[in-house]
Amino acid sequence: MLIRPAIVLVLAGASLAASANELRFCLRTDPKTFNPLLVEDESSSIVRFLTGGVLIRLNRYTQELEGELATTWKVSENGRRIDFELRHGVRFSDGTPFTCQDVAYTMRQLMDPALHSPVGDSFRSAPGEVETKCAGPFAATLRFPAPVAALASQFDQVAILSAGSARPGASSQKKSPALGPPVLGPFELGEYKPGAYLLLRRNPNYWKHDASGHALPYLDSIRLEIQQNRELELLRFRRGELDIINKLAPDMYDRLSAEMPHAVLDAGPSLDWETVFFNQVDSAPLPDYKRRWFRSPDFRRAISEAIRRDDIVRIVYHGHARPAAGPVSVANRFWLNPALKPGSGSEAAAMALLQHAGFRRSGAALLDNSGNKVEFSMISNAGSNLHERTLAMIQQDLARLGIQLNVVVLDFPSLIERISRTFNYESVLMAWANIDLDPSAQMNVWMSSAANHQWNPNQRTPQTAWEAEVDKLMQAQNASQDRNQRKVYFDQVQQIIADQAPMLFLVNPNALSAVAPNVKNVTPAVLSPQIFWNADRLQTGGTLVSEK
Amino acid sequence: MTGRQKLAVMVLGAAVAASLGAGLLVQHSYAEQSREIISAPPSAQFWLGTDELGRDRFARLLYGTRVSLLLAPAAALLSTLLAALLGGAAGYLGGRWERAVTAGIDLFLSLPWLFLLLAVRALLPLNTSPVTSVVITFLLLGFLGWAAPARIIRAGTRTLVNSDYLVQAAAGGISRRRLFWRHLLPNLRPILLAQFWISVPLFILSEANLGLLGLGVSEPLPSWGALLRELENYSAVIANPWMLAPAILLVLVVCCLQLLLGTEESAFPC
Repeated sequence: MLIRPAIVLVLAGASLAASANELRFCLRTDPKTFNPLLVEDESSSIVRFLTGGVLIRLNRYTQELEGELATTWKVSENGRRIDFELRHGVRFSDGTPFTCQDVAYTMRQLMDPALHSPVGDSFRSAPGEVETKCAGPFAATLRFPAPVAALASQFDQVAILSAGSARPGASSQKKSPALGPPVLGPFELGEYKPGAYLLLRRNPNYWKHDASGHALPYLDSIRLEIQQNRELELLRFRRGELDIINKLAPDMYDRLSAEMPHAVLDAGPSLDWETVFFNQVDSAPLPDYKRRWFRSPDFRRAISEAIRRDDIVRIVYHGHARPAAGPVSVANRFWLNPALKPGSGSEAAAMALLQHAGFRRSGAALLDNSGNKVEFSMISNAGSNLHERTLAMIQQDLARLGIQLNVVVLDFPSLIERISRTFNYESVLMAWANIDLDPSAQMNVWMSSAANHQWNPNQRTPQTAWEAEVDKLMQAQNASQDRNQRKVYFDQVQQIIADQAPMLFLVNPNALSAVAPNVKNVTPAVLSPQIFWNADRLQTGGTLVSEK
Repeated sequence: MTGRQKLAVMVLGAAVAASLGAGLLVQHSYAEQSREIISAPPSAQFWLGTDELGRDRFARLLYGTRVSLLLAPAAALLSTLLAALLGGAAGYLGGRWERAVTAGIDLFLSLPWLFLLLAVRALLPLNTSPVTSVVITFLLLGFLGWAAPARIIRAGTRTLVNSDYLVQAAAGGISRRRLFWRHLLPNLRPILLAQFWISVPLFILSEANLGLLGLGVSEPLPSWGALLRELENYSAVIANPWMLAPAILLVLVVCCLQLLLGTEESAFPC
């Protein structure tokens, strides 16, 4: 009973501390690193996005690449080389000028094997050194040992470091040094209290100006509260103590929508997938008859046909999702294969496929051609209401065919252990976060040799003809620099995946968010970070008043 | 039997009868999803409305009552018996027995039992039926829930053993067996009953929490724990107060059980 007033006092204190032109929102966890080259977690990537300056930025709204620190760039030698013309007159937050030497230093750090940079992994297409040449302070040439797929777009993740800050005895020209190294992005690290908050201050040397010549960013600071509890985050938003919630669950969206209809935003389907797949691993501890079911394309397509995606969208996601047809969301405008259609949810269509594969109804049960009753389990991660409800709906959809589905929710480590090490599972319902538009980012899923080729990973040679074909097409699209030709290849991959159904794509959840009315210039996008991708142009002002 | 106890019998009898005769009372299966009628208010067709998947809340409440009303007291009985055996023996015998049991209790309470439950779940075959999984869940709760009550029972037994009347009885030459059965055990009854009644709702709620770890009652079988988890969404509860039915029934049943068996030794008034 004493806890509640204490929380109110703490929250009130936090609210009073906020400055007039400050944006406040929550991180789910503390950032694991402030080194932009070592970012793996979501919180660190948000900090990197807000503080890091990059050569090329993917515009989250138009989905086109735009020059930032590079005014122009040119990819050549089949994706092995990229030439940048760098922007003049740019300074780091500590006042030191930005030159080609900073690009060269960043690339050396990025590709240093001792650093184990996850961002650097995207550039490691083959063993060997990356050559960086500076033809003057504002011209950089990078040459990779082998072609890198979607080379230009990979630089969206590379925040440029200051070569000067690495020199021993480098003196900062700034009077009040910030928490982290000098940056080129709109904000710099200010204060950090682990477990409580992180304050980002306006970078006084940020190079961008608006159309009227006003220096960006408009905001003085961004206060990132470390808050894992989503209910508390929603409560604080309602009280006006937070300005935005970047990712909202559908039920929270509806609850908030009822109270503050102008504060919620639905940017439409995201790139994320909700999928089901069956265990097809050779060494999996499965009875042979079940292995035969799971390896039958007709069986997998029948399950896909039987699942009523429209009902899942309407009931589980409250309408804030889109039935999925394949590995590319409708949000990914260029790479989507529009010929693909989601499963119909038709019992008759599903039954026809099952009969074609030798299954038959016997009373209320479905039997295979050896007389085995069709019963299997589907695992998912515990603690997700969305998954638990989806499982219950799939269970009923399959029961109409006479299939008994046993639903098992497991803690996440156990789930990962089963699907990636012991392979002791039958089928899985899983969410996949997809942050890249380019199909090359899906190489680690569709290549039969890949570890994330989840239904049958790490194959030495492709076990089926269609997997061999997918391997060939993925390699072809990865090697080609002709975007339209790559689209042709990847359309074929999508079609094969739809026909073979190794993964059943259920829905693409919508990108839901909440924005207080005092935040100006918000342009929600489906790509992460949905709400603050244009943080340098956001403004706050006035006070938030709940309409209830 | 007092008037209140008669009332308690009637309420409990009605709850048990309704849960056992659920098939006759409800029109829909607890698993049947009427997807066009989701989150519906009470009606002639659905007496307590429907849940978010369009399932009959009344049917789920009755079948959930069957599961929880039979298994939670069974688990509570198991844990109380274990606690009485170990805690009572430690308090009564004293000396090295008491030290050993106390150390065992401390050790058991310090164990991260959640990880033990996770390990057990990982060992279970995935194609375990919902009924088997619920029985295993409550059995585990019963086996793991003995340590805290055992500590209280040990302390209570120790106090009784050192009480004047027991010392006098022993000095009077009563055998240890008679001392135990005629003088110690009857005086331990309020403690044992209190531990039992505390354990029943505790196990029901524990089962609900275990659902988050994958050890609870699996879909589509309902339980009070699973139904109580719906109350997390407080705005939905305010808008649909009939969602409180499982919580009200839980309180009612626990109060009735306490009234019926607690009498003047009640651990908590109802």
